[in-house]
Amino acid sequence: MNIKTFIVLILVLAIVALTANSFFVVKQYERAVLLRFGEVVRPDVPSGLHFKLPFIDEAKKFDGRVLTLDAKPERFFTNEKKVVIVDSFAKFRIDEVRQFYKATSGDIAVAGRLLSQRINNGLRDEITARVIHEVVSGERDQLMLALRELIDREARDELGVEIIDVRVKRIDLPTEVSQSVYDRMVAERNKEASQYRAEGHEMSAGVKADADKQVVVISANAYRKAEEVRGEGDAEASAIYAAAYNKDREFYKFYRSMSAYKQTFSGKDDILLIDPDSDFFTYLNKSKK
Amino acid sequence: MAWNEPGGDKGDKDPWGNRNQGGPPDLDEAFKKLQNNLIELFGGKKGGGKGGESSGVSGIITVAVLVILVIWGFAGAYTLDEKERAVILRFGKVQEDIKMPGLHWNPPIIDEVIKENVTEVRSIKHDAEMLTEDENIVKVKNLSVQYVIGDVKKYALNVKDPEISLSHATESAIRHVVGSKNMNGVITEDRKAIAIEVFDRIQSYMDNYGTGILLTEVNIEETSYPDAVRSAVDDVIKAKEDKERLKNEADAYANKVVPEARGQAERQFQEAEGYRQRVIARATGEAERFNRLYTEYRRAPEVTRERIYLDTLEYVMSNSTKVMIDVEGGNNLLYLPLDKLVQQGNTGQKNEDLINLVEKLQDEIASLRGGSSRRDDLRGDRR
Repeated sequence: MNIKTFIVLILVLAIVALTANSFFVVKQYERAVLLRFGEVVRPDVPSGLHFKLPFIDEAKKFDGRVLTLDAKPERFFTNEKKVVIVDSFAKFRIDEVRQFYKATSGDIAVAGRLLSQRINNGLRDEITARVIHEVVSGERDQLMLALRELIDREARDELGVEIIDVRVKRIDLPTEVSQSVYDRMVAERNKEASQYRAEGHEMSAGVKADADKQVVVISANAYRKAEEVRGEGDAEASAIYAAAYNKDREFYKFYRSMSAYKQTFSGKDDILLIDPDSDFFTYLNKSKK
Repeated sequence: MAWNEPGGDKGDKDPWGNRNQGGPPDLDEAFKKLQNNLIELFGGKKGGGKGGESSGVSGIITVAVLVILVIWGFAGAYTLDEKERAVILRFGKVQEDIKMPGLHWNPPIIDEVIKENVTEVRSIKHDAEMLTEDENIVKVKNLSVQYVIGDVKKYALNVKDPEISLSHATESAIRHVVGSKNMNGVITEDRKAIAIEVFDRIQSYMDNYGTGILLTEVNIEETSYPDAVRSAVDDVIKAKEDKERLKNEADAYANKVVPEARGQAERQFQEAEGYRQRVIARATGEAERFNRLYTEYRRAPEVTRERIYLDTLEYVMSNSTKVMIDVEGGNNLLYLPLDKLVQQGNTGQKNEDLINLVEKLQDEIASLRGGSSRRDDLRGDRR
């Protein structure tokens, strides 16, 4: 290889290097600024192929997509001095590239740190002004909207960053408070359970008492009816007796007495002291009257 | 996306490289042949004017350029599967057209091809305990979010890590929805309703961020009490069953006692009815007996009366113990220990005692009478 060839090769390489350094590509999802000796000459270079002065101009490219800032869970006090652990995240995107570059020298992590502080402060203010109920429930939307607008304004001015969304991922109670919530829930369940049992006993007692009442009423009514029937029988029997015996009261008396005597003196244990002068013994001592 | 970068043709990611790697030696040979042919061709043309050395160098350069061009050309071709779409960035600028399935060619280096699978349904899952509006804690089990890439351009270009965004949005949305309901609502209400709310929320977040993600389904497998409370909840279920059981037992008691009472009542009634019929029957019978007798009595009153009287006394006398006292002249000094007699009769003492007593009596009577005795008669009366 001779000198001439070598020079040609060097030249070719130099041209290639210069050409390569004269162009830069900004991708669709990137944002870029063009610096000339460190000074911003093009604040927002659109996507595409661009020309620059080799080695003099410098293109700084940043991620232009929506980025996620996942904040660490923080403890906050609510208005009634309850502690909640809030885990939030924010979505942001570079808005003013020049401002962004100036504020963070193009480091997304720096922007994240600064934003995270602001979001925490904003959350603290919002949560301190509310009771836990409002924080947990439906107020979230308003809370987040207010916070987003507040931080968005600051972030645009200071960081050149647009806040698209700030959301609370989780609002939890600290472990010890969670435990007391569990205890309360258990107590509520226990209350419910004992209520059910008491209701069961109540119902049972009611049903049993009703049954007992029915039994009493039924047997009383049965007694009444039975007595009526018996009385009816007695009455009818009396009527029959009366009808028969009224035919000759004297004879009935005699007849009835006779049968009563039979009944009365029917056992060996009955002792009769007898005077032999009675009618029955008329013929005991003599054959004729 | 590195597959179409320069030099990437030999890498695994290049479909053409893959296909041709079946015979690397052949490829080398082919290159050598091509090289030789080219050298001959150019050497032949320029060989007349210049020296062999310089013609050799320029030949090598030309061959190298040609080889690079060929590789570059091959590297720009790619296929898209039926389930894939591709976004093209030309010098970083997004192109209007989205590449559909088929064989395509885009100049490497100039164009960047971003392929995405758009028909595959992907899913993320989430499990957590969270606060409800009434400051209770519930457990949401197996919340699954299924999605596809709805807009390839947005998905590829707008958001860094769309999946992480989705997962954050899911966490936020489910907590928001659960946080605005009370516990009973979350646990007993149709989980589908919650899932629909969560679906709408996540989709609106996704649209807001411009992720290009399209949700297909949000499904919640279970909402339940946290584990710490489970035993108490089970006890509530048990208590409900206890209540039911107590009620059933009471019903069983009532169902037993009342019919029994009714049966008893029926029995009482029937007994009374029996009594009624019995007394009536007896009355009828006795009245009839009297009537019959009376008819006969009317025919011969004196005789009948006498007969009945004697029959009765005979019966009475023959069936009972009797003491005949034949006291003339109304002597009042006769002593009869009646209480003893009755007592003996009642307590059922031996007849022997009674006989002894009677003997004593007889002696007494005899002494009163003055000799005449009826001892034998009396003894004979006793049976």
